[in-house]
Amino acid sequence: MSHDHHEQSFFSKYLFSTDHKVIAMQYLFTGMFMALIGGFFAYGFRMQLAFPGIEVPGLGLVTPNLYNELVTNHGSIMIFWVAMPVLIAAFGNYLIPLMIGCDDMVFPRLNRLSYQIFLISAIVLIASFFVPGGGFSGAWTSYPPLSAQAKYNLTPLGAPMWLTAVALEFVAFLLGGINFITTLMNSRAPGMKMWDIPIVLWMIVIASIVFMASAGPLIAGAVMLLFDQIYHIGFFNPNKGGDPILWQHLFWFFGHPEVYVVLLPAMGIVAEVITVFARKKLFGYKTILYTTIATGTLSFFVWAHHQFVAGIDPRMANVFTITTILISIPVTEMCFAYIATLFGGSIELRTPMLFALAFLAEFLIGGVTGIFLGSSGSDIYFHDTYFVLAHFHYTFVPIAIISVFAGIYYWFPKMFGRHMNETLGKIHFWGTVIPFNLIFLPLFFLGLAGQHRRIYSYENFPELAKPYLQDLRILATVSLIVMLSFQVVFLFNFFYSIFKGKKAEKNPWRANTLEWAAASPPPHGNFPELPQVYRPPYEYSVPGRELDYWPQNEKA
Amino acid sequence: MHQPIATTRSATGIPTGRLAVWWVIASEIVIFGGLLGSYVMYRLLHDAWSIEAANTHTLAGATNTFVLLTSSLFVVLGHHAAEHGDGKKAFRYLWLTILGGFIFLIIKSIEWTGEIHHGFVMTKSLFWAFYYTAAGLHALHVIAGMVIMAIISFDTIKNKNLHRVELIGIYWHFVDIVWIFLFPLLYIAK
Repeated sequence: MSHDHHEQSFFSKYLFSTDHKVIAMQYLFTGMFMALIGGFFAYGFRMQLAFPGIEVPGLGLVTPNLYNELVTNHGSIMIFWVAMPVLIAAFGNYLIPLMIGCDDMVFPRLNRLSYQIFLISAIVLIASFFVPGGGFSGAWTSYPPLSAQAKYNLTPLGAPMWLTAVALEFVAFLLGGINFITTLMNSRAPGMKMWDIPIVLWMIVIASIVFMASAGPLIAGAVMLLFDQIYHIGFFNPNKGGDPILWQHLFWFFGHPEVYVVLLPAMGIVAEVITVFARKKLFGYKTILYTTIATGTLSFFVWAHHQFVAGIDPRMANVFTITTILISIPVTEMCFAYIATLFGGSIELRTPMLFALAFLAEFLIGGVTGIFLGSSGSDIYFHDTYFVLAHFHYTFVPIAIISVFAGIYYWFPKMFGRHMNETLGKIHFWGTVIPFNLIFLPLFFLGLAGQHRRIYSYENFPELAKPYLQDLRILATVSLIVMLSFQVVFLFNFFYSIFKGKKAEKNPWRANTLEWAAASPPPHGNFPELPQVYRPPYEYSVPGRELDYWPQNEKA
Repeated sequence: MHQPIATTRSATGIPTGRLAVWWVIASEIVIFGGLLGSYVMYRLLHDAWSIEAANTHTLAGATNTFVLLTSSLFVVLGHHAAEHGDGKKAFRYLWLTILGGFIFLIIKSIEWTGEIHHGFVMTKSLFWAFYYTAAGLHALHVIAGMVIMAIISFDTIKNKNLHRVELIGIYWHFVDIVWIFLFPLLYIAK
């Protein structure tokens, strides 16, 4: 079709654009907005736990039903509507075409459709909070019979709406994923061979493949659960010949690979950031790639470690213990490769680098505590306690929050053509990372003390209502409020810098990858002339070369 | 809309459209795989389902298998014509394929109407729940394939975008193969 350079209206430029950068921004801003809701929900139920029965400022009295609704939707939002859209969709859309040196995704209209379906899914979810009975209250894992029957979850409309929203969200990411994979496979710049692809793109695309291969059974499961909810079929109801464990299998067959679906892009972002700010070649590029593939593959064989106490065969539990412990090997190897990258580098502690380093440190704690839960013996004690909760927040917060901040601070100059304020960035960093530890370290101890998850109030449990345990709960809640308040610094810095920040040049970090060869921000079409690739992406501090970096597109 | 250069590149040597269709099929395989895997596991645990399964119309199912396989032949012939640049001929074959889809759906509706009248509805037992869910999901794919084929055919007749005949053909074969799994699992196993 003809391409006249007419002025695009606001509508077609920002709402119905097919430009991958605009779609990335749509995903980013929608994800940030959803993160605010998810954070607010956490504030709501943490206040109830620390100060049972008080009128929570800005929310009112948290009733048991509201508590369940807040907990369920906090989890769902943070995973499906924050981690996925920001880590995979926003960074994937923004980075893939730029880093492989081309002008857009291979299917721009499919890309736009993907975002539109995602937006509808978010709207359906938000709408479910306002229907009679309120939003879904059956926990984000949505186990039947709790999720299947309105008499248990008390949310006759919220439950099917939640399920519909999740299914739509899956469709959006399947469409996006097909686009990502095909684009990376087919549209690389001339000269960009397999080993010249930046690690972050490998990770996003492998994550998309893992998502695609794991989400299918849950889509089938979602249809079955929806029929159970609406027509009372009983796919998961033992009275009708069904089995609730089947849902757990279908859910966790998706749910555990999902952990790695969000981990991999986070790892990729960190790889880009640490090489640039250590001015060193990435240690073991191929090792990292192979461990990524190993992680992705193994992630399909660990799911039942969520079900050790669900009545599965103990012999099966043994198998899943072994696979679960095995998967820590490739992930650890990746972390070691990153540390080796740092070793001997000339490290520059800019804000993105601080967040990247914090990712490694915090994720390590998350990984180590996972060993206790992956072993079926100790899991029998820890199962469904706050130990589990603290463990997965030590993985998910570094993934979905800390690495995302590393990515945003790092690519902000490219995205908006301006710098974020460095001092405010550092204030935001410490204001996020210190309270984060103060929230979740106490929760490990509460979990060890036997505190179960998803309990509205511990006042009626004499063992758990002890004052020293309550003090830990208050510490966690206060730390959460501190952490949330420091996000105001970020939001101010972010929006102020979009308009008033210091102008950024093309390649402010002196990085090698192709996105830095485009103008900041890149115009429609990205590059004035599509680049050629001459070398791998991490040629930093090459001996005998005057500059300490060597852009991929620079002719020898 | 301006076509991006990205769409025209082919680093793997496989055309972008074909690559994408294969990935679509990969994601569909796990959806049907999850559903049919659940069905098979339940079926192994419930011998009584064979009594329910005895009420399905094997003849109707077999006819439909024949109809779908024939329609797949038409789409192959359509692809052949498209490869030789004969858009008009490809158009005719595409519509013969769509006709096959229609006959499939008509037989299915008659079959289902009869079953529902005899009280074999979704809520009767889990066998029927799986029967209608799996075959229904498959029928939705048949309808989707027919719609896409109809849209494509109007380009084909003008000799435009002839490569799309191959793409919809791959998809149609997939829909066909899913039925080949459904037919023995739901009709023959008694």
